[in-house]
Amino acid sequence: MFTPHTPQEINEMLKVIGVDKIEDLFQSVPEKYRFPKLDIAAPLSEMEVAAELGEIASANASTDDFISFLGAGAYDHYIPAVVDMLLRRGEFYTAYTPYQPEVSQGTLQAIFEFQSLMSELTGMDVSNASHYDGATATAEAANMAFHIFRGKRKKILVSRTVNPQYRETIRTYMQGQENVQVTGDESDTSFDNDTQQLIDKIDNNTAVVLVQYPDFFGRIIDYTKLVNAAHEQGTLVAFVFNPTALGLLKPPGAFDADIAVGDGQPLGIPLSFGGPYLGIFTTKEKHLRKLAGRLVGETVDDSGNRAYVLTLTAREQHIRREKSTSNICTNQGLMALAATIYLSALGKSGFKQVANLCYQKAHYAADQISSLEGYELAFKETPFFHEFVIKTPKPVNQINLHLQNHWILGGYDLSQDYPELENHMLIAVTEKISKDDIDEFVMALEEVAHD
Amino acid sequence: MKTPAGLKYAKTDEWIKLEGNEAVLGISDYAQDQLSDVVYVEFMVDVDDQVSKGDAVATVESVKAASDVNFPASGTVIAINEDLIDAPELLNSDPYEGGWMVKILLDDPSELDDLLDAEGYEAYNEEREG
Repeated sequence: MFTPHTPQEINEMLKVIGVDKIEDLFQSVPEKYRFPKLDIAAPLSEMEVAAELGEIASANASTDDFISFLGAGAYDHYIPAVVDMLLRRGEFYTAYTPYQPEVSQGTLQAIFEFQSLMSELTGMDVSNASHYDGATATAEAANMAFHIFRGKRKKILVSRTVNPQYRETIRTYMQGQENVQVTGDESDTSFDNDTQQLIDKIDNNTAVVLVQYPDFFGRIIDYTKLVNAAHEQGTLVAFVFNPTALGLLKPPGAFDADIAVGDGQPLGIPLSFGGPYLGIFTTKEKHLRKLAGRLVGETVDDSGNRAYVLTLTAREQHIRREKSTSNICTNQGLMALAATIYLSALGKSGFKQVANLCYQKAHYAADQISSLEGYELAFKETPFFHEFVIKTPKPVNQINLHLQNHWILGGYDLSQDYPELENHMLIAVTEKISKDDIDEFVMALEEVAHD
Repeated sequence: MKTPAGLKYAKTDEWIKLEGNEAVLGISDYAQDQLSDVVYVEFMVDVDDQVSKGDAVATVESVKAASDVNFPASGTVIAINEDLIDAPELLNSDPYEGGWMVKILLDDPSELDDLLDAEGYEAYNEEREG
């Protein structure tokens, strides 16, 4: 046990505050609650503990065991061995920016490279050092827009096809602000791809419109009209993007997006039962002062050598405190490094190839599945990237139970979030899935339809 | 350190120039010296906004710190010095002229009565410097 104080020091402190013993500090806790009897097992040796934990862990299955068609925000991509190999080096294996950051030039350089890659990927001017995950980055986008208008614009519009969990996180983040309305995703909103319903809700009280790209259903929607309509009202537009898709698609910057955020998990970060992931946050240069989180800049030291520093820190909560845009300044240093290594290892052409493989395989799968009796491609009028929605002949959870017998993880049950999409499965296909895997999936789907 | 006579000064280091019912506000030479190089000015108000006594009208960010600039009376904003957005260094080089920040139509000029005059402000600064 780590005990930072000697008994002598403890006695000194007790004397200063005028109590005899440590127990006296806990008198406001009723005695019967102070040391309740805990119903825990007898101590075990290290070997016994390791065996028991191993046994518990073996009850879990992962995408090493299953072929996964589950996406909906987290994707099972191949991770080159070099990512983990470099990531686990002792010099990097700490998730925090050190509190004397300039001492750790390697860490700062890695973050600088990450920021540069994210700017290039999104076509945006600046990137911060990252947030926790896509959901928190999205909430920070709403929050930043709110602060850019100094709280004078009270409406935050969010498309219903933004990830439902992200929308929930926006509401959690904004609940402390007075009179802010998070709207646009009401349950009677249609899923039309022309964005007209959202456009109609933009007014000069709207701080930001948040849309997803590709959207939660995997659809590639042209947001040009929406961006123009928003900018006419002085409203900002935030894109919630999938980084892999940007290997093929026109980047948010080319749409004149004001903010682009996303989850960096697809960039070399394992699913890991839900985290840690990586929040990407990019924006235009004119909003630099309102950008939350850390920023690393390149400069020269007093002998003219290249050096990296934390820059523009007066924006941040440790100086500006309650007036900063956000009080969450933590970045996902290690995950940002993973994404940096992943993108560097793949290179521009390799990254495009991954995106293209995802696209082609997803389209093969969609064709095969929709040719089955009882299965139908939903939203077929809109192009999609590597995720698509299939209307199924039976409830999705029933189908997924059956698929498990074939060691297949089926798609996401959309009825959980969209009551009108009962019997609709959101299916993701990454480059890891082979043609044989898809054919097996199709066969299993056919089988369950006839059960 | 310059402390022009004829201006009023707040203990939070703003100066006020009164012209009838209109008041121009900036930060004092002492304040700019304490802040060191100013790199960014952000206005918290727009023209036509109402301000209440003590409201922050701008934030000044230097290489060392970020500080609020407060207005010591109530009124309506009639002008802001947009030059400062591109040239925040004016606050350092010319705090009393080119570095003016906002102009406000006062509801009640007597709200400024308890501000210090130049002499009082100088004495206050000396006291602070100890």
